Order: sequence, then structure tokens, then C-alpha cells
Amino acid sequence: MYQTTYHRASSVDEAAATFAKGSEAKYLSGGQTLLPVMKQRLASPSDVIDLAKIKELIGVEAAGDTLTIKAATPHYDVATSDAAKKAIPAVAYLASLIGDPAVRYRGTIGGSLANNDPAADYPAAVLALGATIKTNKRSIAADDYFKGLFTTALEDGEIITAVSFPVPAKAGYAKFPHPASRFALTGVFVAKTKAGDVRVAVTGASQSGVMRVAALENALKANWSASAVDSVSIPASGLLSDIHGSSDYRANLIKVMAARAVTAAG
Amino acid sequence: MSTVKLTVNGKAVSADVEDRTLLVHLLRDHLNLTGTHIGCDTSQCGACVVHIDGRAVKSCTVLAGQASGSSITTIEGIAKGDELHPMQAAFRDNHGLQCGYCTPGMIMSAIDIVQRHGGQLDEATVRHELEGNICRCTGYHNIVKAVLDAAGRMKVSQAAE
Repeated sequence: MYQTTYHRASSVDEAAATFAKGSEAKYLSGGQTLLPVMKQRLASPSDVIDLAKIKELIGVEAAGDTLTIKAATPHYDVATSDAAKKAIPAVAYLASLIGDPAVRYRGTIGGSLANNDPAADYPAAVLALGATIKTNKRSIAADDYFKGLFTTALEDGEIITAVSFPVPAKAGYAKFPHPASRFALTGVFVAKTKAGDVRVAVTGASQSGVMRVAALENALKANWSASAVDSVSIPASGLLSDIHGSSDYRANLIKVMAARAVTAAG
Repeated sequence: MSTVKLTVNGKAVSADVEDRTLLVHLLRDHLNLTGTHIGCDTSQCGACVVHIDGRAVKSCTVLAGQASGSSITTIEGIAKGDELHPMQAAFRDNHGLQCGYCTPGMIMSAIDIVQRHGGQLDEATVRHELEGNICRCTGYHNIVKAVLDAAGRMKVSQAAE
């Protein structure tokens, strides 16, 4: 790891002010991606600004039809949160599948979304549920937030403070994990809103990061059942192809995971 | 350079380290607690697992500065004098190690697993929850046996206290 200067922020404002002073500063949350990347010398921030101990960024709350997860809440705390399990069990379940137990104690939802790894789990839930990403400057709709591999609508220095999920009528997540990394080889999150709309988001499969799949949404809107997925054709173009799975394989996985997610949603 | 102050195995310690210092290097190189191992350096193998404020985490993926102010427990801190921790004893009795390189991380993760699941542990859960700890010798069979054995012993020792 190259030299860096560590700062522990005690408030969001302090973190943003420290960021502005650094030449190439980075925010650090759980560090389960940033620190490995720094160890490989693929990133060399002048300053790392630790957000994980900022009290206003930690917690899970359900109120009315909204589940709010504050940005520095570790995955373990989401997976075991009574509020999350009651409001949107699929979100708590998704959090329980991220990485391994040690990673889940450190990694956070804000870090996952700011990094936007194309095989990360949380982007699928955020996009399928039409969540809102709250930052220290504004609110960003999920549909406007994800901009491709490791790219988001966040501006330089902007800090995610919380994510608000509208509670759906039904939701489910199914993931085929890479056996070593536990990232999604393909993961599918399905949601049926209380208004009757269906949204389906796929992670791990596309060359351009998390994506919605209109063909699955239409089929499931007409018939909310695992068998409705059978007739849908998923083209392999634009899907990732690597030693772990061809694009054809991933196209098939999207259907298999979508059917399992619908079954899980009930 | 920064001064990092933390509690390690019940003792207050302070060290002046570069900001890029990882917790595992602070433990091994500055505090000479070499029981915590470095296996992969890529956050995958789990040989470096320690407890930070009671949670089993990979100390190769935490900056020393992030741990400042926290209470750390390493493999050196779990026995009571000459009496092994029930998890250590179960690993010995069940032959849950061969080369021993992964063992400190296995034991620290396993204690955390038992604490989270209490008496609800079964073999499938142990295997699933150990997915962040890699062993290249044992095939995991005796490790899983040891964790299940220790889960029973830890319940008994808690009840006795």
C-alpha cells in the first residue's frame, strides 16, 4: 500500500470539509473493497476519510411504507435487523449473502453503492425496489443513480447518507454466487410494488453493471409466478463472458435466478 | 504517522505507526503478537481473523487507525492461563488442524459463530459460516467436528459461570 493519511470524521460535514482539502481523497466506510484495492496499489488516495464511526450514518429504521438504511450500517446489522426483516425481508436476506461473515461485519450499504461493483448485491435491491439514495447534497432516484461499471451519479466529494426503500407488496432475491469471491455470478431481485408494478433488476451478468430487464417485468406483471419466466427470452448480447461463465450461461442464469426469486417472494 | 491507542487482550496499548499500517501488521510487527497469521493478503483466507469489539473480522482489511479506540482480542488472548479456551481444546481433541497455519483465524471465527448461534448450530450452518476461512490441509471435516464439539462445551461453561 502506498502512503496515505488517515482521518476519522465525526460528522458528515467534517468529512466533506476534509475531502475538499485533500488532493486525491477517498471516503472509507467498511473498507472491504477499498483497502484490498489499495493493498494491490491499484488505488493510492492521498487521504482516506473514515465515515464508519459517524453516528448519524448508522442505523436501520422502518416508518410507514419506507425502510431506511443509513449508509454506514454494516451488512450484518441489516441482515439481523428486526425492522428490515419485518419491512422488506428480501433486503435483510440479500445482506446476509454478501461476502462472508467477517466481511459482513465491516462492509456497508453506502460503500457498496458508492463503489457500484457490477457484481455487488445491493444495487439489485436498490434498482428493483426503486429506492432513493440520499446524499449530503440531494436525493437521487435509483433509476438515475447507476451509470455503468463502478460509475454512479455521485459528484466528487458527495457522501451517501442513507437509502430509502419503499416497502413493496412482494420482493425476493436469488443469487448464484461465485464460489470463491461470493460476488454474484448472477443475482436477480424481483419486486411487485403496492401499486401493482413489477421491477426486476439483475446484477453480476451485464457488461454495463446492474440492469432492469423489461421482458421479465412484463411477463411477471401479466402472471406473477415462477413459470411465467419460462417463456421469456434473454439475449446473451451485452452480457459478461469470462472463465467463470459465458454470456449464454449468464443469460440462462438470469431466468433461473428470476424464477427462484419469484418463488422466494411468494 | 499517527498514534493508535487500543486495548489488546485486555491491555491498553499505544503505538506510533504509519497511517497505511494494517491492523494485522500492528499486531504482529509492533506488538509481537504473531499468533495472528497472514495467509493471502487479499482478504479471502481468514488466517488473520481477530475480534474487534466482539466481532470477528479480517485484520488484514482494517487499518490500524480504524481500530483505534477499540478492544481487540487475538488468539493469544482467549486461554485462561494454562487452560485452553473450549474452542482451542476442541480443535486439539478433534484433530482439527494439521499444519496449523489457518487455525488461529479458524478459532477466532468459530468462537464468533458459536456466540451468534448459541445452541442452534448444526453441521450445515458451521460449514456455511466458515466460508471466509480457508484450510488447505484438513478438508474441513475435523474443523467442523471441533466447532460443533466446542459449541456444546461453551454452552456448558457459560452455564457454570
